[in-house]
Amino acid sequence: MNKAKALKSAEELKALFQSLSSEKPVGKIRVTIPNATCSIARGSAGIIRRLEEVLKQKKLSSQVEIKVTGCRGFCQIEPVVVIEPLNVLYQRVSADDVPEIVETSLVQGQVVERLLYPVSKEKRARTEAELPFYSLQKRFVTENCGVIDPTSMKDYLLTGGYQALARALKMKPEEIINEVEKAGLRGRGGGGFNTALKWRTCRTAPGEPKYAIINADEGDPGAYMDRSLLEGDPHRVLEGLIIGAYAIGSSQGFIYVRHEYPLALRNFRTALNQAREYGFLGKNILGSGFDFEVQVNQGGGAFVCGESSALMASIEGKLGEPRAKYVHTVERGIWDKPSNLNNVETWANVPLIINKGADWFAKIGTQGSKGTKIFSVVGKINNTGLVEVPMGVTLKQIVFDIGGGIPQKKKFKAVQTGGPSGGCLPESLLSLPVDFDRLTEVGSMMGSGGMIVMDEDTCMVDVARYFLNFLKDESCGKCTPCREGIKQMLAILNRITEGKGQEGDVEQLEEMSGGIIDAALCALGGTSPNPVMSTIKYFRNEYDAHIRDHKCPAGVCKALVTYSIDPQKCTGCGLCLRNCSTGAIKGAKKKPHRINPKKCIKCGICYEVCKFAAVKRS
Amino acid sequence: MKKAEVDKIINSYGADRSQVIAIMNEVQDEERYLPEETLKHIAQRLKLPLAQLYSISTFYRVFSLVPKGKHQCTVCMGTACHVRGAERVLSELERVLKVKAGETTKDKQFSLDTVNCVGACALGPIVIMDGEYHGQVTAAKARNVLKKPEAK
Repeated sequence: MNKAKALKSAEELKALFQSLSSEKPVGKIRVTIPNATCSIARGSAGIIRRLEEVLKQKKLSSQVEIKVTGCRGFCQIEPVVVIEPLNVLYQRVSADDVPEIVETSLVQGQVVERLLYPVSKEKRARTEAELPFYSLQKRFVTENCGVIDPTSMKDYLLTGGYQALARALKMKPEEIINEVEKAGLRGRGGGGFNTALKWRTCRTAPGEPKYAIINADEGDPGAYMDRSLLEGDPHRVLEGLIIGAYAIGSSQGFIYVRHEYPLALRNFRTALNQAREYGFLGKNILGSGFDFEVQVNQGGGAFVCGESSALMASIEGKLGEPRAKYVHTVERGIWDKPSNLNNVETWANVPLIINKGADWFAKIGTQGSKGTKIFSVVGKINNTGLVEVPMGVTLKQIVFDIGGGIPQKKKFKAVQTGGPSGGCLPESLLSLPVDFDRLTEVGSMMGSGGMIVMDEDTCMVDVARYFLNFLKDESCGKCTPCREGIKQMLAILNRITEGKGQEGDVEQLEEMSGGIIDAALCALGGTSPNPVMSTIKYFRNEYDAHIRDHKCPAGVCKALVTYSIDPQKCTGCGLCLRNCSTGAIKGAKKKPHRINPKKCIKCGICYEVCKFAAVKRS
Repeated sequence: MKKAEVDKIINSYGADRSQVIAIMNEVQDEERYLPEETLKHIAQRLKLPLAQLYSISTFYRVFSLVPKGKHQCTVCMGTACHVRGAERVLSELERVLKVKAGETTKDKQFSLDTVNCVGACALGPIVIMDGEYHGQVTAAKARNVLKKPEAK
């Protein structure tokens, strides 16, 4: 491929956009296949390979364009294949479906009915617009994800890419900050801090150079919108960063990507190289006199590095330990210079504000929280995926209308938001409008937007224990309240889940939580008791059942659970017996089987494999 | 890894001290652990105390100071995987391999590790075997994940 000529002005960008727009499409038919982490795990690479083979055999290669994209968000039905101009979406496609798709849809122009998404028993949806999953969504930030090829600069330019940058470079830096302020943009990474205020503080802070940083150390378990944005639309994030850097007066940028996201890193690196080639990075960007470069830093699998001062220490090549922030990192960050850190999604909102205007942006959302937010709706839910909705949509709409409710008609119990810093919200709060302030009011937080749905089979004491166990491993160890406090709280919770809880344990947990909140060094430590506090607040009865009755109502805590076989239901098929690894199950063929509790290690495999629901967990 | 290869990595970062984590990451990716000799060499080249490299190696989860097994089995312990039974999947793998998470089998065939979240929550519980993602793994199916690489 010819090396692109660096663009020297906004006019040259405009001319390039016009010439690209007038180019004829590659083929008559376009087949779009997402190839992001989720889709790859479900075999999208095999579909692409097979499609190329079949098209070659049928000599159709020149007529069909295969567009490999990021994720469209509806992870549950991956891999999806979209065919245009037929305008049809196929779900859960496998490589074996490819010959039929080619013959029926590409050659004959007909629809393969069986691959359409079933909306109900009678009705199948033909296009994305007909899927209930997308009906309440407003996909602005994720508009390109699953639509454009993330490794193609041309694709991004065709969506109007880098025109926000061209526009911004003609504005005064202070004007950009004012625009972002008027839009009401707040940080999407956790705290919901006012973005314009942060930028202005950094701009006016003494010290040169100033640094602009993308926080892509998405550590909250259950949240993956940043991965998806970097995989599916890396240029948008980069464009946001360049605009922000110009507004702040920064000439050096960084991106800190978690180690667990290899594809996101690869796609962003590709975007960086392309941006350099086209002159969106480097010296005198688009003839504006503004210089900017970006360095890539990879994380090492430490959760605490998502915290600003820890992340910056890690960029300096040190241990990712936070420091006390009497002086904020926007004033003294990397090498003690003013450093502005925003998360991936926040940066991705910036081009949108510049392109569509602050007034447009501020019309979306609630009074204190503007724009949209991407949530990852995961756990015990039918439609797992990434959803982008206006702030203020209720939890109920997200869980039931978009998420399709709980699988196997189980009962909803809680939704966990905000990762290890957040809390668990019960059914009574389902009508809560989701924005930064409402979630904080009820003892949780927005965090980066992970929503883990839990059903009646989830034990809330175990969930609290899970998060503390997570935090015990991830505590950097610098401050005592977090390092020792979490460990002690975990010891109490372990005891409770083993049926050895005592009266007064809950009160002690509450007291210790208060101590950690007051005394921990960083925000991650200070919010670490939230999962415990919120489960005590809303699910106290489950704590009491463990402590007083030595029972785990959800049947999760191993020590409190026994397995038995219902002789009425057992057909004696022997499946559990064959799967039992300790020989704890005995029984003659076609006769009810029995579990020897002395040999049983409670692995739960018999419960999982039984086809007649004869294995009981109590 | 030969010294020359390590030097090549160090030089690609301009022997910049602040890039020590990136350099160690590349060695780790290549060797799947950080040999003592290599760490000493990096420390010398970057003029950093060996103790700093040691503390980095033990602070960040991706680094290992001991050699890893031929096959890497990683269980995702994210919240979404947890509520779908990841802990039981892990216990089963620990039992089958006769090691605890973070350890390597005696015959050096398998290393078993956990990861906080790989961000593929729709597929949970997830086990990653030699880079290949296996979704919706149950305790009953866990051992099948291990069978694959041996058959190859």
